[in-house]
Amino acid sequence: MSLQTLPQRLGASSVIVIGIAGVVAVLVSVLAMGAGFKHTLADSGRADRAIVLRGGSDAELNSNVTRSDVDTISNAPGIAKDAQGKALISSEIVTVVNVPKIDTGTDANVTLRGVGLKLPEVRPELSLVAGRMFRPGVREVIAGVGAAQQFRGLEPGNVLHLRNADWTVTGLFTSNGDIHESELLADVDTVGSSIERTGYSSAIALLTSAAAFTGFKDALTTDPQLKVDVQREPDYYAAQSKDLTKAINVVGNMVAVIMAIGAMFGALNSMYSAVAARGLEIATLRAIGFGALPVLLSVMIEALLLSLLGGIIGASLAWILFNGHSVSTLGGAFAQVVFKLTVTRTLVVTGILWACVIGVLGGLFPALRAARLPVAEALRAA
Amino acid sequence: MKFFPLVWATLWRKKTRTIFTLLSIVVAFLLFGVLETVDDAFAHPGVGVSGANNLITTNKYSITLQLPFSDTQQIRSVPGVAEVTWITWFGAYYQESKNFVFAMPIDTDTYFNLHKDEFIVSAAQMNAFRTTRTGALVNAELMKKFGWKVGDKVPLHSTIWTQKNGSLDWTFDIVGSFLAKDPTQQSQQATSVLFHYELFDEGRSFGKGNVGWFEERIANPSEAGAVAGRIDALFANSSDETKTQPAKDFTMAFVKQFGDIGFVLRAILGAVFFTLLLLTGNTMMQSVRERIPELAVLKTLGFSDGTVLGLVITESLLLCLTAAVIGLALSYAALPIIKHGLQGVELSPRALLPGLGVAVILALIVGFPPALRAMRLNIVDALADKR
Repeated sequence: MSLQTLPQRLGASSVIVIGIAGVVAVLVSVLAMGAGFKHTLADSGRADRAIVLRGGSDAELNSNVTRSDVDTISNAPGIAKDAQGKALISSEIVTVVNVPKIDTGTDANVTLRGVGLKLPEVRPELSLVAGRMFRPGVREVIAGVGAAQQFRGLEPGNVLHLRNADWTVTGLFTSNGDIHESELLADVDTVGSSIERTGYSSAIALLTSAAAFTGFKDALTTDPQLKVDVQREPDYYAAQSKDLTKAINVVGNMVAVIMAIGAMFGALNSMYSAVAARGLEIATLRAIGFGALPVLLSVMIEALLLSLLGGIIGASLAWILFNGHSVSTLGGAFAQVVFKLTVTRTLVVTGILWACVIGVLGGLFPALRAARLPVAEALRAA
Repeated sequence: MKFFPLVWATLWRKKTRTIFTLLSIVVAFLLFGVLETVDDAFAHPGVGVSGANNLITTNKYSITLQLPFSDTQQIRSVPGVAEVTWITWFGAYYQESKNFVFAMPIDTDTYFNLHKDEFIVSAAQMNAFRTTRTGALVNAELMKKFGWKVGDKVPLHSTIWTQKNGSLDWTFDIVGSFLAKDPTQQSQQATSVLFHYELFDEGRSFGKGNVGWFEERIANPSEAGAVAGRIDALFANSSDETKTQPAKDFTMAFVKQFGDIGFVLRAILGAVFFTLLLLTGNTMMQSVRERIPELAVLKTLGFSDGTVLGLVITESLLLCLTAAVIGLALSYAALPIIKHGLQGVELSPRALLPGLGVAVILALIVGFPPALRAMRLNIVDALADKR
């Protein structure tokens, strides 16, 4: 009923729609950053894969696992074996190398990960999308597709300099959208000799099943020869992403709350003027017998519908502009993590809910005024 | 100026509307103030007055790779280098990993020679530090945070460096506390602990004789580029090539690694002000529309077209500037809270000033269309209420 007169108040109504669309677009975009980052790290690792670090090291970059440690770990119970009975374990060296970022041109810390020969079996999700695999014993690397998008010179055939030596990029790989797509992979012993390092950073073991983890962990942590921390891969990566995801969400929500307050004032203004403009109409309705409640509801519904529209426009804008947009930042351990902004269904729903709350709050007081409008006075004034 | 009471009165013609509009502009400028200060802090990371002329030499290919300590002598002999010191990333925390501590193994003589007059330390405590092998100087704020006192023995857990006995826990004797002399540097040093390189190098089980990076003070600040080039040339084609850059650039490059924070903040502000423009613009338009008969009366009384235009624009300016001043003042008041959230980032209120300029521009954009309309008003039509 009240909606039929909406076109007459197009200007004021569009203020509500646009104001709320702005809030929702910003909220959803910022939270999409957090969601994308979390998604990248949450997708890293499998429950049936364990990462072994030196005790107390927190991150691969700080850790040091010796060759004899790796031998002991290879013989631990629960570890998966190949057809020849060899343990499916990849002893890895993690270091960071300076590679310029494409957008700023300044050096960024990109992870160079030396990986063992069993890599294809330990990480089956890894697949080459261009070029070929690196060869062991040769200075060759393959680059994750995320890294290749963000950092300069990672196309197959290009040459990278690292410590007096030239390394050739031979291929690009995908890895299920996980954190390894931000990395460069190479043969572990070649990396080790190049940076004069004898030990490893970590050992990644594929287990016979996710349930085998407890036995595997207990065997290693009770071994007096070893001083290691054993974690399921997803737990390790979740811990690495926790702080940044939290920070992004706090900032996103804070900015959105402030913006929402601003938009609410806008909605209040528009709805008050809508009620004022419809004074005669509302008074007539009351005069011919409509109660206060239907009038109140009609104003509320108008506010709600306008804000719902705003919410949908805002969320769609965020989705169109930023969904899948690839960015990179310094992740947990001094190294770049490339991730895509992800506008998830939950975020869209969150955004639209916010819009409705703003709409209800912005519509409530004007609706109350409309309902309380003294009929005779309103009719006379008109 | 004599029309000020008139403008003021028309502004408050509809109290609720003006207050709501005012508040939404206040909110926008509160956000503007907060985001601009954060942006400014990231765009101009402070390195202190004396730090500005220092150079930092790191491994050319990776910050995780160390440099040989023996480079020190060669760097010292480079013409233009006045002092050189060496530091290593220790990666420490106290008890729990969330209690990050920026502990640095330093060479006492060269470090304090290079960072002369940057710390407030009592002479007695400095002397105690020099003579205590296991001594540590701790930032006064960190002492307070963990309830440490001079004389305490505190264990710090390094996530990287094992001692010869395999332990990652290093114990230090707190011999004194310090504060940064330059107050803008204090928040960056709030988690700093200084201890002796000799103790560190003798105690660690690997990596002996290597250091994380060098810091150089140069005799003549204008020679920074040339001196940096000379240092890097020394080690070109060695197995540990170096990259030397001004401390400011080093910090900047690190900050840039977090991504284009400036772009994100400006995108948010863009969205906020675009929304605001429409909102305030609509209110101004509405307010003028309602006042058409009044404006016509003013014109009948002999107000010129230009004066009427001026009146409406002044009204818009008054509204936007009042709101901007309130909003920016609120964000100034919020600075300590944000500072708490962004540890180690130094916020400066200088980023708030451009806000007033933005307010004027906003006022002109939203005020102009209704002002124009008021100016072009035809008296007869307006009085007859033919809108």
